[in-house]
Amino acid sequence: MVFLAVLDGTVTAFVLALIALGLSLVFGVMRIVNVSHGEFFMLGAVFSWFAYHWTADSVWGFVLALLIAPVIVGFIAVFSERFILRKVDYNPESTIVATIGILYVIQQLTLMGFGPEARPVEAPIYFRISFPWFGYSGYKLLVAVMSGLCLCGVWLLLKRTKLGLYMRATQQDYEIATTFGVPTKKIYASVFALGGGLAALAGVLVVPIRQADHLMGLEPLLLSFIVVIIGGLGSIRGTIIAAFLIGISDGIISVFYEPTLAKMLATLFVVMILIIKPSGLFGENQQ
Amino acid sequence: MMSNKEKGKVDQQSELHITRRSVIGAGAAIAGAGIIGSQLIDPVAKTAYAAGSDEPIRIGFQAHRTGIGALYGRWYERTTNAAAKYINSIGGIAGRPIEIITEDDGTDPKRGADVVEKLATKHKVDFVYGTLFSHVVMGSAPRAGELKIPYFVVSEGYHVASGALNRYVFQPCITDVRSQITAVSNWIFSNLGKNVALIFPDYAFGYDHRDYASAAAAKSGAKITAKIAIPPTASSFTRYFVKIPKNTDVIYHVMVGPGVLTFVREMGEHYGTRHPKLFGFIDSLEGVNINSPGLEFLDGSHFWEAMPRYADGYPTSGSNFYRDTVGVDNTGASKSDSKDVSAYSHMFGCWETLFAIKEAVEQSGYKSKKDYKTLIETFEGFTGFNEGIAHPQGSKVFSGKTHQCYGQQFVSQVKNGKFNVVHRTSIADGMYEPETDYTKKSL
Repeated sequence: MVFLAVLDGTVTAFVLALIALGLSLVFGVMRIVNVSHGEFFMLGAVFSWFAYHWTADSVWGFVLALLIAPVIVGFIAVFSERFILRKVDYNPESTIVATIGILYVIQQLTLMGFGPEARPVEAPIYFRISFPWFGYSGYKLLVAVMSGLCLCGVWLLLKRTKLGLYMRATQQDYEIATTFGVPTKKIYASVFALGGGLAALAGVLVVPIRQADHLMGLEPLLLSFIVVIIGGLGSIRGTIIAAFLIGISDGIISVFYEPTLAKMLATLFVVMILIIKPSGLFGENQQ
Repeated sequence: MMSNKEKGKVDQQSELHITRRSVIGAGAAIAGAGIIGSQLIDPVAKTAYAAGSDEPIRIGFQAHRTGIGALYGRWYERTTNAAAKYINSIGGIAGRPIEIITEDDGTDPKRGADVVEKLATKHKVDFVYGTLFSHVVMGSAPRAGELKIPYFVVSEGYHVASGALNRYVFQPCITDVRSQITAVSNWIFSNLGKNVALIFPDYAFGYDHRDYASAAAAKSGAKITAKIAIPPTASSFTRYFVKIPKNTDVIYHVMVGPGVLTFVREMGEHYGTRHPKLFGFIDSLEGVNINSPGLEFLDGSHFWEAMPRYADGYPTSGSNFYRDTVGVDNTGASKSDSKDVSAYSHMFGCWETLFAIKEAVEQSGYKSKKDYKTLIETFEGFTGFNEGIAHPQGSKVFSGKTHQCYGQQFVSQVKNGKFNVVHRTSIADGMYEPETDYTKKSL
């Protein structure tokens, strides 16, 4: 039972880290709270369904969705950044309201175009791993591995590329970065696109182990907020560590007690963090 | 409970009609029973509203177009529209055309109450009808009572018969969970095993399953090894299966919501081929193709069905006509899209309820809202509905006291990628003593 709890928790943690990373990046660099982040995840899943149906093949549909969904969602994110967030000058309060608006627009457009029902997408590969006590979905483990690779990719992007350097510079000080010739406006757009793209990627990976529906963005949004607040807004390392903390504890508490209790404890943990260390476990002190 | 002698022997022929003898038997458990000759609809008797006025009977349809009930909502709407079209083609209700006004409640109890109010006050409908999810019924029914408008639900929850609602609420054409469990529990315990783990959705409908399956087990000497409640919005289920004890013979599962396919698949992943026997309520697979990848492990397992999804499960002329008119093929999918699998064990309730409303309006002489009292009293006087085009699922015994019907149930086995009916209960198998008497409540 402990093994299953840790295994299930680890898979949850990898996916959660991937979704929360986008939210954390956007906050870290742009200082805005993107409430529509869960909808980018949902769009990834929905595009995956369309790709699966267009190709009528689970493997090619998956590959197509992996390539296309993050790009389309990235463009949607850039569009929102350019025509909405930039217009309100990235004001923290206004952007919260604006992104709530984006959330509803995306959700309702999906409802109109995709419909209200949950639609299944077949996994590109389907196999069951038999342990002596129980079986587990092989695809779920693949999701964890692919999420881990994506996380490494983002890490490399931030640490080893010029774009990453610019992002980190913008995060540290927007004005000085601008003075030194960093195209900060473009960096903002890129970060918002990257955040959305990562969420969409997570949506593509996750949809075969659940189903696509227009309301599926809410739960990952709440969990991402929990992770990002605990880890420290803007801290990539904190986000990943918090994702594992929440994911694995969620797995263990769910198996031994109740899944609802796991959610309650996670929320309680957030409250404690906000009282004791508002900047999060690894967050920089803002005040 | 009834003695065996009291249990009515309901005609088990494919074209089932309630006879005087069966009614006296089956109805003995319900005080005052005795069938009033129900007026079956004769498709030939087209009258084109000749006898009535052109003023339509307006029926407000509270539909789950969005939210966790969207799959059911889609099929409830198709069935409702098909039934309304057919009723209009045979002369409408009391010579008046039927008009359906649909509002989405988002499968949300709060919005449900708002929808009832909007239908009653803005659209000025004659009746409100069609709600399925029990938490929405629980949220909406009190508003219908306050507005004093008849509210016909197609929900399965025990909430109507329990007496928890009010005299304006009826569930005339779909059996409740208590009745379903009463009818099939002995079959489960005798054929599959006596150590049973219950998996059910974590809200009112699921609690009915938990409570009445536990009660039935206690009565039959069976043992409930675990009671596992799962939120209907859950998207991952592995963590729940690990709670099922090793000494379990049968997993009794009923699940609803957007994750049903994932639920069943993860059960297969967890157990592989070496699983306890499985008895599912078809809710766990409504709208899901039984041949979906990952469901192979279900082969040989059993399901409760209210109305067999595959046409050969109950090929009566009434059910064939109904299937064809609603647009469902022989495998239970849409005729126009074989991937669009229906909610076949629930949606017949919409078709039948509209015919029950028709019968009540015609027998009571209902003309307008001022006739609600007569209509409700007439409905409470009904004791059943005969099988046929109007009631394709089978005959019903109706209790005016509880505003709830009783009907036959089916147990099907999955074999060769389809559901095969292996057992059909009698109406009497699912009957229980009424716990309330709405006729004594004020209007």
